[in-house]
Amino acid sequence: MDSQTITYREALNQAMSEEMERDETVFLIGEEVGEYNGAYKVSQGLLERFGPMRVVDTPISENGFTGLAVGAAMVGLRPVVEFMSFNFSLVAFDQIFSNAAKTYYMSGGQFPIPMVMRGPGGPAAQVGAQHSNCLDHCFANSPGLKLVMPSTARDAKGLLKSAIRDNSPVIFIENEMLYGISGDMPKGEFLIPLGEAEVRVSGKDVTIVASSRMAHMVLSGLPEFEKEGISVELVDPRTIKPLDMETISRSVRKTHRAVIVEEGHPFAGIGAEYSHQIYSACFDDLDAPIARVTQADNPLPYSKLLEAASLPSLEAVVRAAKGVLYRD
Amino acid sequence: MPPIAVAEKKTNGGNGKAKLLSKKTLTAQQKEAIKQLGRDKLIGMFRAMNLIRSFERRCEQMYQQRKIGGFLHLYMGQEALAGGMLSAIHSDDYVTTSYRDHGIALALGISPNVLMAELFGKVTGVSRGKGGSMHFFSKEYNLLGGHGIVGGQIPIGLGAAFRAKYLGTDQVSLIFLGDGAVNQGSFHECLNMASIWKLPAIFIIENNQYGMGTSVRRSTSVQDMTLKAQGYGMEGITVDGMNLLDCYMVVRDAVKTRRKRPSPLLVEAKTYRYRGHSISDPGTYRAKEEIENYHKVDPILQVRRLLQELDWLDDESAKALEKEVRKEVDDAVTFAEESPLPDPSERERHVYAP
Repeated sequence: MDSQTITYREALNQAMSEEMERDETVFLIGEEVGEYNGAYKVSQGLLERFGPMRVVDTPISENGFTGLAVGAAMVGLRPVVEFMSFNFSLVAFDQIFSNAAKTYYMSGGQFPIPMVMRGPGGPAAQVGAQHSNCLDHCFANSPGLKLVMPSTARDAKGLLKSAIRDNSPVIFIENEMLYGISGDMPKGEFLIPLGEAEVRVSGKDVTIVASSRMAHMVLSGLPEFEKEGISVELVDPRTIKPLDMETISRSVRKTHRAVIVEEGHPFAGIGAEYSHQIYSACFDDLDAPIARVTQADNPLPYSKLLEAASLPSLEAVVRAAKGVLYRD
Repeated sequence: MPPIAVAEKKTNGGNGKAKLLSKKTLTAQQKEAIKQLGRDKLIGMFRAMNLIRSFERRCEQMYQQRKIGGFLHLYMGQEALAGGMLSAIHSDDYVTTSYRDHGIALALGISPNVLMAELFGKVTGVSRGKGGSMHFFSKEYNLLGGHGIVGGQIPIGLGAAFRAKYLGTDQVSLIFLGDGAVNQGSFHECLNMASIWKLPAIFIIENNQYGMGTSVRRSTSVQDMTLKAQGYGMEGITVDGMNLLDCYMVVRDAVKTRRKRPSPLLVEAKTYRYRGHSISDPGTYRAKEEIENYHKVDPILQVRRLLQELDWLDDESAKALEKEVRKEVDDAVTFAEESPLPDPSERERHVYAP
């Protein structure tokens, strides 16, 4: 099959466009998705192509339009909700947690909720504490929701297409800092199933588990690890829930050491769950306690210096890798 | 700083003096509605109201016997709303409501068997025993819940109205909410969206005068809730929620035009709940006189009297009907009792849809 090189942003756009073409019950709803072509231009051209009934500009009413989408999903449509930023999803938590996540269960299986809630999440660059929330651990804690965090353009497309076809509500957290990165992928139709992790780099000394922008940070540091003589295996879960523990465990059984890198805060963060699951599955295989690299436990400050001091850094990951190898 | 005013315990007024349904004082519109409905349909509506009352009385008993657990929010007193409004829609229209959902489900025609079984936590329940009193769902009857967070159901019902417009069907979506919900953001967000997109959503405020123990006078800045419709550029209508015919007519007229030319509507139905907010609430914040006044305009008694005046129901047939309804409720209890408990494997089913 022919391949193409496009950006993460274009990949998401293609995924939505192809799915809307394929299934007329799929529609996009959110703030500025239509006439403005998306705050981050992810929905560029969709209004022109599909019209205002399927590319719906909303008032600033996240709880209202998220709930509208849940209701529409209950009666057979397949909404894609765009949060301009996942920080704004906090206003819609009632609809996400009480309705999207629970209705299929509470109705005894009568009303599936085939919907996707997508948009950028995590810290960008100096946008202040209210615009820098990492909410993955919140969503992952609610049964009924699936959670996807793609790191590459290829994954962004293949996973979003699968998420749109899934019959359960999927939280799809993109990353503002990744919208411009490019990647190769097949031209046209391809799917990446939810629930499959990807081993991005094979190595033998230490397993590093990292998603989204954190996976890129680790990749950018490969020369560092090489300089230190550390052979890193990078596992990118891609889908956080359901989590592909098989792939993670296989890696840890090989390397006997694990470092988890997460962009959010440490307390009850997603890495706490990963580490518990790795301990449960691989206790006897581990040669060192698991290390976590996280954001500091303070709201993210604006000042560049303070922000950098709060976020996970490559240095911290290298330090953690050396630590689990008892080389510090 | 002046103290915050606390309302005295007194009657909310109005309904104690409401015009009762009577052959002598019927308006031309009410007469026409009676003619249109005919004897059988009106008796059917009367029967549905009786079924709600009888069903819920048994619910109270079953709760005391610990057959039912959790929360139990009773509808008694508000039967004219469900009985009247749901008689005016088609079977493919959508209905969404709050946790006070027993009356709505019964008036839609859902079997009391599966509702009682739900309350008993049985697998034969309308939500397979996974929802309980607050979460009746029925795909067959287009009942989109049964929602436990005040105001949380409003966007859900709006989604169904959105679908009607999206697919160009002539369906309407009835969204029931309590007076407490008008102070939630979801209410205002949804009225606004319904209006800008001209969605066929009928928002129905069941104003039973209290959000749990807080009277509307203490919680809500504007007492005439239909004024809120104006703020969103939509029509608003107040209706006597103790009056079956008025409840029927308001929805009948609303859907007539909206099926072809969708637009939203806000209805405020002034009603009253006889019981506390939930089974655990003795309702001591209300004056005895207030409750007694509403019993004088009991929606079921009003219809019974009207039917007798019309010579459509005599004492004997009324008794027979009540007996039949009680039997139906007895049968529901028997069905619930005899139904199997869920298999433990049911716990992990329906978390994710295949």
